[in-house]
Amino acid sequence: MSPPSRVGQGRCRPRAMHPPARTSAKIVVHLHPTSSNKDLGPFQSSIYSYIKLSFKEHGQIEFYRRLSEEITQRRWENMPVSQSLQINKGAQAGRIRAVGIVGIERKLEEKRKETDKNISEAFEDLSKLMEKAKEMVELSKSIANKIKEKQGDITEDETIRFKSYLLSMGIANPVTRETYGSGTHYHMQLAKQLAGILQAPLEERGGIMSLTEVYCLVNRARGLELLSPEDLVNACKMLVSLKLPIRLCVFDSGVMVIELQSHNEEEMVASALETVSEKGSLTAEEFAKLVGMSVLLAKERLLLAEKMGHLCRDDSVEGLRFYPNLFMTQSE
Amino acid sequence: MHRRGVGAGAIAKKKLAEAKYKERGTVLAEDQLAQMSKQLDMFKTNLEEFASKHKQEIRKNPQFRVQFQDMCATIGVDPLASGKGFWSEMLGVGDFYYELGVQIIEVCLALKHRNGGLITLEELHQQVLKGRGKFAQDVSQDDLIRAIKKLKVLGSGFGIIPVGGTYLIQSVPAELNMDHTVVLQLAERKGYVTVSEIRSSLKWEVERAKQVLEHLLKEGMAWLDTQAPEESQYWLPALFTELYSQEITPEEAKEAIH
Repeated sequence: MSPPSRVGQGRCRPRAMHPPARTSAKIVVHLHPTSSNKDLGPFQSSIYSYIKLSFKEHGQIEFYRRLSEEITQRRWENMPVSQSLQINKGAQAGRIRAVGIVGIERKLEEKRKETDKNISEAFEDLSKLMEKAKEMVELSKSIANKIKEKQGDITEDETIRFKSYLLSMGIANPVTRETYGSGTHYHMQLAKQLAGILQAPLEERGGIMSLTEVYCLVNRARGLELLSPEDLVNACKMLVSLKLPIRLCVFDSGVMVIELQSHNEEEMVASALETVSEKGSLTAEEFAKLVGMSVLLAKERLLLAEKMGHLCRDDSVEGLRFYPNLFMTQSE
Repeated sequence: MHRRGVGAGAIAKKKLAEAKYKERGTVLAEDQLAQMSKQLDMFKTNLEEFASKHKQEIRKNPQFRVQFQDMCATIGVDPLASGKGFWSEMLGVGDFYYELGVQIIEVCLALKHRNGGLITLEELHQQVLKGRGKFAQDVSQDDLIRAIKKLKVLGSGFGIIPVGGTYLIQSVPAELNMDHTVVLQLAERKGYVTVSEIRSSLKWEVERAKQVLEHLLKEGMAWLDTQAPEESQYWLPALFTELYSQEITPEEAKEAIH
């Protein structure tokens, strides 16, 4: 292909002098040479035999998938000719052009074969790696069985070692979990770190945060080497046994929270009752806004207040509203 | 040397023998643990080599990621179980999915007041991509599903409901049983559903249909249109395709990082 030549002022723009620091993803669509009986297209001629699509804001994965599908299905070949587009563009007004991309598939196919070759090498290596990983899984199963057989004859130290091996490989440990839990030294350390990191945020939020909030907060702060959701849960399960100043609680709904040890949800219920009484009635959203809590935790507090008999619910299609429980407070 | 009594000596001997048996028991486990430790080191080296050649492939190629995940599942390994796992540390798969988890949580929280905590995978995908910005790596819908599966363990009600050819993602701890799910699937076609449609398609009695619809209304997942021509229509904001491109407002974003 010959280098582009200057056709005229404004027709051929020179490349930018300073390429951008990051380039966006591209899909290059290679075109077949045109057949002699083809209608005129948007351009009389071009020195390029390809179209480059640039994805500045992503979407290339799904686009590529659909484009490949269409190239394979070739639905445009079944469309009647009269459906061609009419493009009105200055000097080219009134011309009817056939819709469609001609003969891309050969080049796409070549490209796919090359990519496939790279991928198949990667897949091969991956398969070999998985074989080795499978051996590790088999070995861990046999050790787990041995541990089951010899209950108590394996030291705690060895159990901890075994669990950390399982953690590295990502193997679940059904045997030891019942006896010693899923925690390892790593999780113990993590629990202590969390107690330090979460002290201030908890105080700012009235002493309680949902586990999802904690997950986001901690991982946003870390930036790298993030915690998995399971890491977080396993570490939090050790908070109480390690006598740390924060603890993990689970509400009836399954919602999990971290609380300051000093936090007493039942005491908070008393003040919630006051707030609801002042306003007559409140929904979880209204209460959340008033008190400055997340809706999730606001709802849990109101539900707890209801469970303790301080609030009554009015559950209608307009929403769930809580009222002070006058049956309790007003004597016969 | 003065001989000890046979009795005491025999007992002492027996104790010694017992101790030796016990020792042997732990030695067996010790052997296997030592073997596992050695094999683990070897595996780590293999993984490092693999990572040096193919780490980019995993990062850039979503199909390769799927293949990788499927193979792990087949042999009984969860590469996303822990950030401390080899897979996460060396291939970087962990950070990719855990960060995605954070972004998913934030989008769901921001939009919860609009859709009651139900969102289509498509809309979630679009909003997450927007939030990630131009220079971040592209993510596929499969990636989102895997990240969401991991989030379930946090207890805030993340769930995946198959509807039509896609999925609805639940992000609130509302109870959605089979009845609710089936009605959601019915509603997916048009974005709304009526009592009559439920009766004719699912052959339920009116009471059952009404109970399900009321539950969805109460949870904020459905809106009631009583002005529809023939009968009331129950619309699902999660299925309003016109809302997809709507930006998350600053107020909504604030709720998310509360």
